[in-house]
Amino acid sequence: MPDSTPNQPADDLASAIGRQTNTRWSALLGEQATWVFLAAVVAAVALSLATDTFASPQNIFNVSRNFAFVGIVALGMTVVIISGGIDLSVGSVVCLGAMVQAICMNAGYGFYSSAVAALTASALVGFLNGALIACLRIPSFVVTLGTLSIARSAAMVLSDNRMIFEFGPDQALLFNLGGGSTYGIAHPVIALVTLGLMTSLMLRWTPWGTHVFAIGANERAAVLTGVKVPALKISVYVFSSMIAGLTGILEAGWLGGVTTNLGQSMELTVIAATVIGGANLLGGSGTIFGAIVGAALIEIIRNSLILLGISTFWQGAFVGFFIVLAVAVDRLRALRELNL
Amino acid sequence: MTVLRLEGIAKRFGAIEALKGVSLAVSRGEVIGLMGDNGAGKSTLVKIIAGNFRPTSGQIFLKEQEVVFHGPLDARRHGIEIVYQDLALCDNLTAAANVFLGRELTRRIGPFRINDYPAMNRRAGDLFRELKSETRPKDLVRSMSGGQRQAVAIARTRLSNADIVLMDEPTAAISVRQVAEVLNLIRLLRDQGVAVILISHRMPDVFGVADRVAVLRRGNVVADKPVAKTSPEEVTGLITGAIEHA
Repeated sequence: MPDSTPNQPADDLASAIGRQTNTRWSALLGEQATWVFLAAVVAAVALSLATDTFASPQNIFNVSRNFAFVGIVALGMTVVIISGGIDLSVGSVVCLGAMVQAICMNAGYGFYSSAVAALTASALVGFLNGALIACLRIPSFVVTLGTLSIARSAAMVLSDNRMIFEFGPDQALLFNLGGGSTYGIAHPVIALVTLGLMTSLMLRWTPWGTHVFAIGANERAAVLTGVKVPALKISVYVFSSMIAGLTGILEAGWLGGVTTNLGQSMELTVIAATVIGGANLLGGSGTIFGAIVGAALIEIIRNSLILLGISTFWQGAFVGFFIVLAVAVDRLRALRELNL
Repeated sequence: MTVLRLEGIAKRFGAIEALKGVSLAVSRGEVIGLMGDNGAGKSTLVKIIAGNFRPTSGQIFLKEQEVVFHGPLDARRHGIEIVYQDLALCDNLTAAANVFLGRELTRRIGPFRINDYPAMNRRAGDLFRELKSETRPKDLVRSMSGGQRQAVAIARTRLSNADIVLMDEPTAAISVRQVAEVLNLIRLLRDQGVAVILISHRMPDVFGVADRVAVLRRGNVVADKPVAKTSPEEVTGLITGAIEHA
């Protein structure tokens, strides 16, 4: 870390205490998210120049809406990863949330009461995750791998593995929320920005946020200083699941139908977005901005390959390359800092 | 004035008798060195004072009032603070955030409670000044020296104006220069009337800063005397068992 204040031996203690080593700018440049954001901007500019289709309003609209779903789920995932865990069940919870919403609306219930049911079902999965991880100390990877299976199975049982495409009296409202737009901005994008700001503020400005960072860095320290770690962990997983459930509702509205393979292997894309955005899988660091930028970059890569006429079989290779590249650049930077 | 008195504290873990009736008293502004070999019962005793364990039998008195601790938060409410061996700091948080971890200052904005960073930074800065440590509240703990980390951990104990501070091996893993810094911090605490219980393996530290030394062996207090009336040789003998009792 470069010290922005010259070290003078005569430094008066009071003024020394009053200073700060990390300035705002050095902190910003030290963020992986900043570099990934620049990479995304460069990619977008290059594509706008290379193709006449990328910068078209319709394509921008599609790209932003497509990454919004992954981005929203990544908000919850970021919080989980900062806390030192992982949530593999999000893809299945997206499906479960969408399915409960669809079944309730299909049965003639209104949008809002159905949404309450869908979010409750999602929250239950999150509670189960959190309780098993916090109280029985089962690794989050194992617990959420279990609920990944359970939640999708529950969606299949509830729907009898049927596709649901009739949503009762409030169908128009659901379709508008998921598939509509306001002032040319797709509703899922508005949801992403709103929820992103909310999550960001919660992480930065509440004791809850401080504690999430604390348990990710040193869980024992948090316990010893009196942070109520089990309740905190449960809240983290409930948050992640409810965000996933909400995404399910929006996706149901966008797709106009819900099948039991909705959100299949979405957790991997979400984790990729979060990691590209600078979240450390060991816990203790990560940003909301990074997660959103990571999700955007993945979608831009996907979209650009299509526009450039490259076979979609290459998508996985490019996304995988960027996951490793983003983390490798960050590691190299950290190593250089250690040597200084 | 006696701030902490233990009477016949015993602790069993199944068949193992970790403490066999320990009695100990600590006064205001006194530094007591608690010594003993691995497995002598030091950490069990510390955990009982800190409220992590309930004793199997025996009583704890704070200012001559009997107390029973239901967990570490309860002990903290009664004015007992612990500085852990690894300091229990979060590297990714600022010094001020670490000082206030678990008891953040907040202010209300409408229905929300948000962190009051200016107040926390100001208060943490005051504490560092009191401890004469050049530690900046807004700096991340990750980039701090061993001495500054100690100051952060000790500032935490000053936040609540604790009567009793337990320090678990504070000098075990730091450089010589930093040891001197930590011993100075302990003297500062003592001068402010805090009773310090210093758990240590290091003879020079205990003899350098403590007023009294208590030696634990196999769950018993085998010596409890002023530092001036003993010597490192005697204490070593007491720890190993070469000297039965003193």
